[in-house]
Amino acid sequence: MRDTVMDMTPAKVATQDSLLAARDLCFHAGGKRLIDKVSVAIPEGRRTLVMGANGAGKSLLLRLLHGLLPATSGQILWQGAAPDDRARRTQAMVFQRPVMLRRSVLANLNFALSVHGVRGAERAEQAARALDMAGLSDLARHPARVLSGGEQQRLALARALICQPRLLFLDEPTSSLDPASTQRIEDLINAAHGRGVTIVMITHDMGQARRMGDEVIFLHAGQVAESGPIDQVLGHPKSEAARAWTQGRLYTSSTS
Amino acid sequence: MFSFSDIMAEALALILNWDRNLSEIVILSLRVTLTAVLLSCLIGLPLGALVGAFRFPGRALVTVVLNALMGLPPVVVGLFVYLMLSASGPFGPLQLLYTPAAMIIAQTILVTPIVAALTKQVVEDLHGEYAEQFASMGLRAYQRVTALLWDARYSLMTVALAGFGRAVAEVGAVLIVGGNINHVTRVMTTTIALETSKGNLELALALGVLLLVIALLVNAVVMALRASAVRAAYA
Repeated sequence: MRDTVMDMTPAKVATQDSLLAARDLCFHAGGKRLIDKVSVAIPEGRRTLVMGANGAGKSLLLRLLHGLLPATSGQILWQGAAPDDRARRTQAMVFQRPVMLRRSVLANLNFALSVHGVRGAERAEQAARALDMAGLSDLARHPARVLSGGEQQRLALARALICQPRLLFLDEPTSSLDPASTQRIEDLINAAHGRGVTIVMITHDMGQARRMGDEVIFLHAGQVAESGPIDQVLGHPKSEAARAWTQGRLYTSSTS
Repeated sequence: MFSFSDIMAEALALILNWDRNLSEIVILSLRVTLTAVLLSCLIGLPLGALVGAFRFPGRALVTVVLNALMGLPPVVVGLFVYLMLSASGPFGPLQLLYTPAAMIIAQTILVTPIVAALTKQVVEDLHGEYAEQFASMGLRAYQRVTALLWDARYSLMTVALAGFGRAVAEVGAVLIVGGNINHVTRVMTTTIALETSKGNLELALALGVLLLVIALLVNAVVMALRASAVRAAYA
């Protein structure tokens, strides 16, 4: 049986056979605890969704797990040890608003490969394959910034995947896309997952969560309200925050 | 007493009858200015990019100093370089005083802070947009700097133009360290100052017109390059 995401005590986190784990993770800013003693484990090869209301700390948690922000306290463990530069380079992230370099579509992909030391014929071959996979071959010479929102997000995803990460973070990658573009992004994510890439994705979309998720971490006010297999958390939520979310009710701390 | 139109006519005639003396002055001006701008870019672009892209102790102080140095008085720079290069100065044995090299050094000192400070601002703005993506990709420091400079290249053309504008119009520093020696260190601005003081207004005005034309041409060429490249590269 595969591992599942759990809201765990530190001792439990340490014993999980997870790719990435956080132990008592805290992040304070402006005198507020934005992430408050979060302990989670990301099992390898699974699609873990991070859900919760706006301001629950989802994007912040992803940035902390990816190492883009330093935690105020707590630990992040990559295969049981502190992540180093090498571990970081086996992760990638796609942001809600894709960041396009002021270059062509192809040059954006070449840049990612160059950063990882891939050059020459190998780089050209990998870039061509990524363009084909993302359905952007016809736009290879176009400036990346003139692409549509969906095309930009596909390029961002292709750029993130081109260096074959083991773990891919996605911060609401389809939040501003139409259904057709969303479908193409989901297909790309599922294809990556099929190749063994571990996925950690934020989504607000219940339908997408059911389509794309194996596990869920449900955050509320910077804490893990509930976590576990998708069917369990969305089908039979135990926490009031997750229950209110699945029922479409408004829920704040004051109503708990 | 000549009228302005008479002097202008004489000046245009001088330009049209382009002689060796005039071309010598114009070519030396361009050589000194373009070399100084090139050196300033080689120093100022990476320096500005480093300050713009990275946080380090004393960064605010460096920024204040760079901004302040943008307004360096040319005569003060001229005096400083003069003292450094004079026979009794630390670089006296190099015997660079009253040579084009001394003028290039003075102009480089004047232009580098302008290039660095403006580059810092351009790169800082771009880095604000790219920072998370670069951090996610695990870019090393030199990779960040080169990527930022490359992606900001069109804005940096304008920065280089600002440096060119400062250098080509400069007179005080090059007069002190160059000495305005005929056929050796005489450039357009120093010649204009000299000929005006001598009352030789035709030559002064001819050089003034040429200076303006050169400045306009350089700006037009760079802007045309920038516009066509921007259209081709990004929205």
